[in-house]
Amino acid sequence: MLKLENIVWNLEDGRGILNDVSLEIPDNKLVAITGPNGGGKTTLAKTVAGLITPESGKIFFDGEDITDLDITQRAKKGISYAFQQPVRFKGLTVRDLLELAAGRELKQHEICELLGKVGLCKNDYIEREVNASLSGGEIKRIEIATVLARNTKLSIFDEPEAGIDLWSFAGLVDVFKEVKEKINGTLMIISHQERILEIADEIVVISKGKVENSGPAQEILPTLINGSRMPRPCERS
Amino acid sequence: MNETTRQLLEIISDYKDGFKGAYNIREDGQCAARESSENIKIESKQDAPGLVIKIKPGTKGEKVYIPACVTKSGIDDLVYNDFYVGEGADVTIVAGCGVHNSGDEEARHNGIHRFFIEKNANVLYQEKHIGTGESKGLRKIDPVTDIELGENAKLTMDTVQLSGVDFTTRTTRGTLGKDARLIIKERIMTDGVEQAKTDFYVELKGENSGVDLMSRSVARDESYQEYHSTIKGMNACTGHSECDAILVGNGRVSASPQLDAEHNDAALIHEAAIGKIAGEQLLKLRTLGLTEEEAEQKIISGFLK
Repeated sequence: MLKLENIVWNLEDGRGILNDVSLEIPDNKLVAITGPNGGGKTTLAKTVAGLITPESGKIFFDGEDITDLDITQRAKKGISYAFQQPVRFKGLTVRDLLELAAGRELKQHEICELLGKVGLCKNDYIEREVNASLSGGEIKRIEIATVLARNTKLSIFDEPEAGIDLWSFAGLVDVFKEVKEKINGTLMIISHQERILEIADEIVVISKGKVENSGPAQEILPTLINGSRMPRPCERS
Repeated sequence: MNETTRQLLEIISDYKDGFKGAYNIREDGQCAARESSENIKIESKQDAPGLVIKIKPGTKGEKVYIPACVTKSGIDDLVYNDFYVGEGADVTIVAGCGVHNSGDEEARHNGIHRFFIEKNANVLYQEKHIGTGESKGLRKIDPVTDIELGENAKLTMDTVQLSGVDFTTRTTRGTLGKDARLIIKERIMTDGVEQAKTDFYVELKGENSGVDLMSRSVARDESYQEYHSTIKGMNACTGHSECDAILVGNGRVSASPQLDAEHNDAALIHEAAIGKIAGEQLLKLRTLGLTEEEAEQKIISGFLK
């Protein structure tokens, strides 16, 4: 189980991005994190993966205090993070990246399966460099595949829909459904997409750096869809 | 052939108890072994040290090995090798040079390779360079490559300097005929106080000729690298050069690409990027469970692959 206690993180100019966030993410559930842009969702995800160190507060993973562990140590404990804006590498191929993610050499059929899940044909991509020649949608799928390849206890996906066209996105929703059924792990998906929220077990609404609402999806979803909380453009804390 | 040469050959070529195909092994300025094949004739050059390699028109799928090794201090080896590749041939030429120095004097190899590639021929030219041995004596490799490509001929030059070469000046010049293609992939890594200079000069003379120049380098420690390229578009042609360098420690790189368009239909592009490993790249690999050092090493080895 992942547990966040009173997490605080501010921008350099003092603006609060996470203002005392406490949250429990139960095991083996699909938890969707949603809320308005700028509300602190990505910062929260990065805090869990270790890319951001909170100014105060504690993070527990399976009962262990991991607040002081670095990115590598957290990855080894079983936390994975798919970047919202994937990183490009001159020289590393799709195969290289997937094998680094899996921590071992992968057989052809394993790579084929991983790429198939994210809707890419292996023949076109397996030896391709993860460089600027890939489109935004392609690199986003490869990013998601690197997290699937790790098959860890906690997988965080930061806006998987960003940069992917709606038609392909439907396929991706199926992937998350399948992962949810097959693996023993928790999926934390930051998303604005109703289709992701619909397949979630739990929904957490983050706004103005705080947990505004959280609970079972069937309870939270109607409140979001009914438009009970439409953020106004200049609404800020 | 001595043991050092054998070890160097394994690094710079796919040598394993011998070569399959035509070959000439040069050791400390002498010929250590030579073998011609039916289609590939290797002969000593008459007017200068070196070889004349003649590949018959239409030769397909054959390999020829021309490695050179310097295995001791105080050797300054200069060699002129001329390659004549006949019309329609499709071959691989494996050159490469290893310099081992365990003494105090300088050890140097200076190979001047000229390629005359006829109409419709296709050549893959592989060249690996390495310096070995722990001593004060400097290891130098200064290759010069001159390429003449006939109509619709193609040369792919795949060149790597692995490590341990204290000074290198690499000069590559090409002249391209109609529809000819020249592709150059260069990878250089320097560390310590090593210096590497690389200079390309390509004339796109023929209509619809094209060059693609890719240089990737890593400068570590206190090492220094220089990259110059000139692509001259003298006809309707395409030229592309790309120079990427990663700096590690106090490594320094200077890149000066030059494009000369002398024809209205010349399309020439240059891209250059120099900098440290992007922090985001390290972060991504660390989220996959690699340590920062492991991530750096993977990024560099992938970059130079």
